[in-house]
Amino acid sequence: MSREEVLEKVTGIIREVFEKDSIVVSETTTAADVEGWDSLTHLNLVNEIEMEFDIRFMLAEVQGSKNVGELITALMKHLDEKN
Amino acid sequence: MYTFRELQKASRLDIDGKEIKVAVLGNCATQFFSSAVQGYAKRSGLNALVYDADYDQIDAQLLDQHSEVYAFGPDSIVIWLATDRLYEEFLDADLAARERFAESCMERLERYWHLITANCNAKIIQLNFSEINDKVLGNYSCKVTSTFTYQIRKLNGLLGEAMAGQSAVYPADLLSVQIELGQNRFYDAPLYYNAKMTVSINALPYIAKAVADVLLALDGRIKKCVVCDLDNTLWGGVIGDDGLGGIHIGELGQGHAFTNLQRWLKQLKECGIILAVCSKNNEETAREPFEKHEEMILGLEDISLFVANWDDKASNIKMIQKSLNIGMDSMIFLDDNPFERNLVRELIPGITVPELPQDPALYLEYLQSQNYFETASFAGAGADRTKQYQAELERRKLEKTFESIDGYLRSLEMKGTAKPFEPVRFARIAQLTQRSNQFNLRTIRYTESDIERIADDGNYLTLYYTLRDRFGDHGLVSVVIMKKISETRLFVDTWLMSCRVLKRGMEEFIVNAFVDTAAKNGFEWISAEYIPTPKNKMVETIYETMGFTCTTDHHYELKVSAYVKKNNYITMED
Repeated sequence: MSREEVLEKVTGIIREVFEKDSIVVSETTTAADVEGWDSLTHLNLVNEIEMEFDIRFMLAEVQGSKNVGELITALMKHLDEKN
Repeated sequence: MYTFRELQKASRLDIDGKEIKVAVLGNCATQFFSSAVQGYAKRSGLNALVYDADYDQIDAQLLDQHSEVYAFGPDSIVIWLATDRLYEEFLDADLAARERFAESCMERLERYWHLITANCNAKIIQLNFSEINDKVLGNYSCKVTSTFTYQIRKLNGLLGEAMAGQSAVYPADLLSVQIELGQNRFYDAPLYYNAKMTVSINALPYIAKAVADVLLALDGRIKKCVVCDLDNTLWGGVIGDDGLGGIHIGELGQGHAFTNLQRWLKQLKECGIILAVCSKNNEETAREPFEKHEEMILGLEDISLFVANWDDKASNIKMIQKSLNIGMDSMIFLDDNPFERNLVRELIPGITVPELPQDPALYLEYLQSQNYFETASFAGAGADRTKQYQAELERRKLEKTFESIDGYLRSLEMKGTAKPFEPVRFARIAQLTQRSNQFNLRTIRYTESDIERIADDGNYLTLYYTLRDRFGDHGLVSVVIMKKISETRLFVDTWLMSCRVLKRGMEEFIVNAFVDTAAKNGFEWISAEYIPTPKNKMVETIYETMGFTCTTDHHYELKVSAYVKKNNYITMED
């Protein structure tokens, strides 16, 4: 799966979790850019991504990702390891 | 199972019905858990409002009489002491403290329960303990008292014993969720270290179900009857084709799965669930295995109602429901045949029809996983009422031989009693307030400890009624609670009656006795109220029928001195 495809899927999940279809997501999007994205809902998002891609993030990745791009980098790494 | 996201969305649904307030207190992060409970309850039709106390605030909230939790006015308080947090406390304690870790946890819980009962009327829903085996001594840990493995298992044992003596405490079986899901799905280590959540997000719906099931049972939504198909449901094969020797039942081969299903059903019966049979068969053929097959676990004496004919099952189930006088939503229909299941689902709204797996070996496991039989009370050895229902059928047969209802009622030789609440009856009285839906004027649910409090409170006059006749003993069938609202006036806080004794003069007998009690205690007026629910329409006009005057909508009163005793054929016993 290409990085663009992953971003597209993650965008869908973000829109679902924060319940707004109009959210625009890019690699540089941060929690501050999305209404309702706080430390608690972040866990929800992480869980949804983990289920969708069947991977488990590491603790440091969950806590350390500063924007969507970093989360996707971690996600891509796990997807590579799976294959 | 719902996903956590679905429950989060459901937690915002608008639901009709009385609001049930639930406060959640934990030593772990409980926000998601609270919203899952609210969502699950609402998905089950219960208008729950869940208040989540902040992280690790149990002591602060319970010790302060003016805390947010008490101010919220909860109907129930959920207590969750998470094992992962206890484990850290355990490791930080010295060896001597570890040896009695289970006891000290139990003392802590009992202190919480005591604070709650002292400060409010909330019921307590207590989560038990999931397990951690830290393998510090490998398998050997199991027999060393200073290990956590040993102590946490002991704690679950102590908890069960302590709860048995506390009628206001209701268990929520967290441990069985851990067992069902397995530790890998139950726990999410990064989530714990990140957010102090001691279970995975995907385990939350299962735990929420456990708590919501308790809330539903406390609200009186319980199952009372299982209606079973026979061929390929209670035994393998078709009795009409395969004959007595050809059906599968017993310890060997496929029969074993059916045998174990029957064993489980028999246990349900012993716990007070009514078993009925509904089969498309000739009656004689259908009865044959029950009468003659040596390896059948269930006998005809276990079945309250046996219906075998060629009519459609929906009509037969409606007939069974009518005979038992219980709500369709308290019935479960077991059938291996998808066609019959769909027909019954289609034609009988409210009834529960489990989607049994194709493989009969999986029936039992599936039924158990659904937790259909949650209850908020247990009457012990007196729970099995099969004989009473069978006696009822005998009465009905007799009734048909009489020309007039009076002649029939006289022939029953009925004897009744009316007495103030007594301790040995508290459990059954509480159970009736929780289970009765149809003949229940105000549908107020009481726990055993509530009943004890009322019985001891000088501001109440209480009566419980029993009835027996020549066919058998109905036991405790009715409860009346009257509250003094002035020196001269009583208010009927509760009047309920088991529907098994409808229309045989018991209503009249009850009113005669409670008006008499009011008169003897010097009261001149009795006020009463009917609170309509979707289920109690049958008693909408009963106060007027009994001679009360309607004052305003659903409110009634009676001048005690003007009461005319109502005729009936029940003799008062001491």
